[in-house]
Amino acid sequence: MSSETRDGRRDGRIVIVGASLAGLRAAETLRDEGFEGELTLVGDEPRLPYDRPPLSKQVLLGKAGAEDCGLPGRRALDARWRLGVSATGLDPAGKSVVLADGERLPFDRLLIATGTRARPWPVPGEAALEGVFTVRTSDDADRLATALDAGPRRVLVIGAGFTGSEVASACRERGLEVTVAERGRAPLIGALGGTVGDWATKLQRAHGVDLRCGVTVTALKGSGGRLTGAEFSDGSRLEADVAVVCLGAVRNTEWLADSGLAAGPRGVACDAGCRVFTMYGIVTDDVFVAGDVARFPHPLFEYQLIALEHWGNAVAQAEVAAHNMVSPGPLRRPHLAVPSFWSSQFGLSVKSVGVPTFSDQVVIAQGSPEDRRLVAVYGYRGRITAAVTVNRAKWLEHYQRLIETAAPFPPGPGAADRLADLEPVPSDVPDPRVLTHGPTVALTGHLPDRRLTLIRPGG
Amino acid sequence: MQIVVDLNRCQGYAQCVFLAPQVFELHGEEALLYVPAVPDGQDEHVLRASAACPVQAITVGEQAGGDAGVE
Amino acid sequence: MPSPSLSSSPSPSPSPSSSPSSSETLFRRITDYAHRADPYPLYAELREHKVARQEDGKYLVGTYDEIAALLHDPRVSSDVRNRTEPDPALLPPEGLPPAFIGRDDPEHDRLRRLAMRPFGPPHSPGRVDALRGDITRIAEQLADGLRDKERFDLVDDFAFPLPVTVICDLLGVPSGDIPQVHTWADTVVTGLDFTPGEDPGPRRRAAQEARAAMGLYLGELAEKRRRQPTGDMLSALANDGGPDGQLTQEELMVSTVLLLIAGHETTVNLITNGMLTLLRNPEALERLRAEPELMPRAVEELLRYEPPVQFLPQRTPLADIEVAGVTIPEGVPLVLVLASGNRDPLRFPDPDRFDPDRKDNQHFGFGSGIHNCFGAPLARLETQIALTTLISRLDGSRLLEDPPEYRNSPVLRGPRHLPLAQAQR
Repeated sequence: MSSETRDGRRDGRIVIVGASLAGLRAAETLRDEGFEGELTLVGDEPRLPYDRPPLSKQVLLGKAGAEDCGLPGRRALDARWRLGVSATGLDPAGKSVVLADGERLPFDRLLIATGTRARPWPVPGEAALEGVFTVRTSDDADRLATALDAGPRRVLVIGAGFTGSEVASACRERGLEVTVAERGRAPLIGALGGTVGDWATKLQRAHGVDLRCGVTVTALKGSGGRLTGAEFSDGSRLEADVAVVCLGAVRNTEWLADSGLAAGPRGVACDAGCRVFTMYGIVTDDVFVAGDVARFPHPLFEYQLIALEHWGNAVAQAEVAAHNMVSPGPLRRPHLAVPSFWSSQFGLSVKSVGVPTFSDQVVIAQGSPEDRRLVAVYGYRGRITAAVTVNRAKWLEHYQRLIETAAPFPPGPGAADRLADLEPVPSDVPDPRVLTHGPTVALTGHLPDRRLTLIRPGG
Repeated sequence: MQIVVDLNRCQGYAQCVFLAPQVFELHGEEALLYVPAVPDGQDEHVLRASAACPVQAITVGEQAGGDAGVE
Repeated sequence: MPSPSLSSSPSPSPSPSSSPSSSETLFRRITDYAHRADPYPLYAELREHKVARQEDGKYLVGTYDEIAALLHDPRVSSDVRNRTEPDPALLPPEGLPPAFIGRDDPEHDRLRRLAMRPFGPPHSPGRVDALRGDITRIAEQLADGLRDKERFDLVDDFAFPLPVTVICDLLGVPSGDIPQVHTWADTVVTGLDFTPGEDPGPRRRAAQEARAAMGLYLGELAEKRRRQPTGDMLSALANDGGPDGQLTQEELMVSTVLLLIAGHETTVNLITNGMLTLLRNPEALERLRAEPELMPRAVEELLRYEPPVQFLPQRTPLADIEVAGVTIPEGVPLVLVLASGNRDPLRFPDPDRFDPDRKDNQHFGFGSGIHNCFGAPLARLETQIALTTLISRLDGSRLLEDPPEYRNSPVLRGPRHLPLAQAQR
């Protein structure tokens, strides 16, 4: 028997709360790394793990059914699946998870992978109108795709982050009239800053989107329980029979309210090895976290705690967390992956590496915005911190290397397709509070260009 | 059979589209769309596409958890 | 098994006897015909240096990570006109622009996109897959013709006619013209050779002339197709426009010359190297015979293990670029040795083993980055079908020469002939 087995790392009971991408990949990694004990996955949706990115793309375009988006397993999993029941509490002293149906699941080690949910429209009566949708779950996407199939006269998208922009794109591709309302001054500025956001404004308008920035939707109107339209902060009104609420995400941490862990609206705080902190800032050794719900320190971003709602982060962090759950201290690994994400909208592939909001300047380093083929490189205080490509993904790994090595900003000359007259300009990252949509990268420490610290009580 | 593509890795080489055009599609010049549930008769095409992916971004397998009793 | 006889080689160039075995002479030694059958020890030597400056000012790079970084570095040009001293062998014929393989973005991108329209996605996604039946039929016919032969040459009797028939048919070159096209293609490739100690002038002039003749031929053919389209790629290139407009006549000529040469000269080697590798690895061959569904992965491994394009000779830094602690100056010839990166033990465990099950096989067999091989999907399909057909229809083949006689080119490396014997039933 190895020492790992004697100290219980390869056996015992592991509970994973959250049965989506992060939970699944963590479970598979645990088995890959030789965990032989009892493994239980808890998921509040009554479905086996499925992939969410296609829901706002292929599914809304009618190219795939929402129910077809199941995730392939990487390996066989000897696990118990408790699906369709949510976790309601955690007893850290008794080391058990409490489920909504009253069952208590004892654990030796716990992984929190509860992710996020769609931020609902804030007025429940209006949110309940027929024709008002969010896009987060498979059922959400299925209902919205059905509503789009019916050929609504106009779709209102509230919030122009990535999800909202992808929904608007799918609507235009289906030939539907669409209005997008965004409180910020441009689409995507929460993730990419105002300079690239201005480019996205032109893109959306060129595709026939009725884009209204600098306004908020003040009320959704209905008749007979059905949505009929909306009112805006500028006093205007709109008739619409479908509204898609794309206000960003809420982290699923309420069930941890009495757990004594550092869990709150901004996520569950952990160390670089995915070990969760208590509310006193003391690190635990039996509770781990991964995926959208985690906030973790990242060395590339001055060890600020960041939370990433990214597919790739869910996978990478789950693998690190699982490895650390079954490895003794010296063999544990930090989660250092450079953040990256993608979107496809209006026939374009948009990809990002680094954290574009962690910047003060941006420059078009290759290509041209007019051609809709470009590489935008972001810098913060003279070093490269992010890059975004539009239909130029083959160059992205070059910029990832520059980010990893803290290369100077702006990038040096020499790129064959660099337009000479483009100089760095302010990246114009807004305060997240001015946005309709929540940013998908939350620097939960401070924003780099204004030393802003948010203090939230409790946790 | 299900597929998922790590689109962070994908660089738009489109080898999967060439080899399994019923399953993978380029939307515009670079954005990849695909049918996650492999249609009947396309398994072999998908396995060829997965082998050929220059960045090894395609995971093919049975539905995760499908082999276990689900409560 | 008969011993190899390199003395009968058609390439008479002995290596200069005075060459010191320093890293500065690696390029000379790699291109020396004496090392054609097994250049891999030289690549291992190259990897010890990561970046090796050559006596003539070239820079060689042979490690995986460094090659990957340079293939994705926007400051690395594929246009030899950016060199401080452009190599005449690599320049296009007088009056013609370089094909997209020798251009940088944004022009490379536009030309490649236009050439792609009748070949692949997004415009023609099903074109290559639709060739599956035809390729299988041609491969089976060729293989059946070999069944009763006691001895045959895999190159002349199979590996050459298969891809050439396919590419000519796809482009719209009449089968009667194939011998002429082949002569031109061979002359062009010979002109690219690096033969130490020989005056390259005549070969290069012949190559330029062949390239120009081929361009004129394809240009005239395209003219005919413009008036009378026949459903092939030439007809589409001559007639169909997209958002980027159409190829000019000159662009069409150089692009189709490129496709025809590349479609000719690389897949032949891939198929031949494939059969050679399988015959040297009987265990793998038996597995593939029993489980043909493993062939796609086996072909990927082949692309790693014996890539048909061994190195990229025509890159040039547009700025000083630091790689592995070495500054490669702007304007110098930069040679990326893909076949060396493919055997880098830091990237591929047990790299000198042919392992058809290899996982995470992100090889450089078709390059990487924006200049990744245009015809890769076709080459894959042809090689998968070719090897599956050969091993299922011809059992009991054995090598008559190992190593066989190689072609001269160190870049497009492969056997000139692969004589095989068959047990007679």
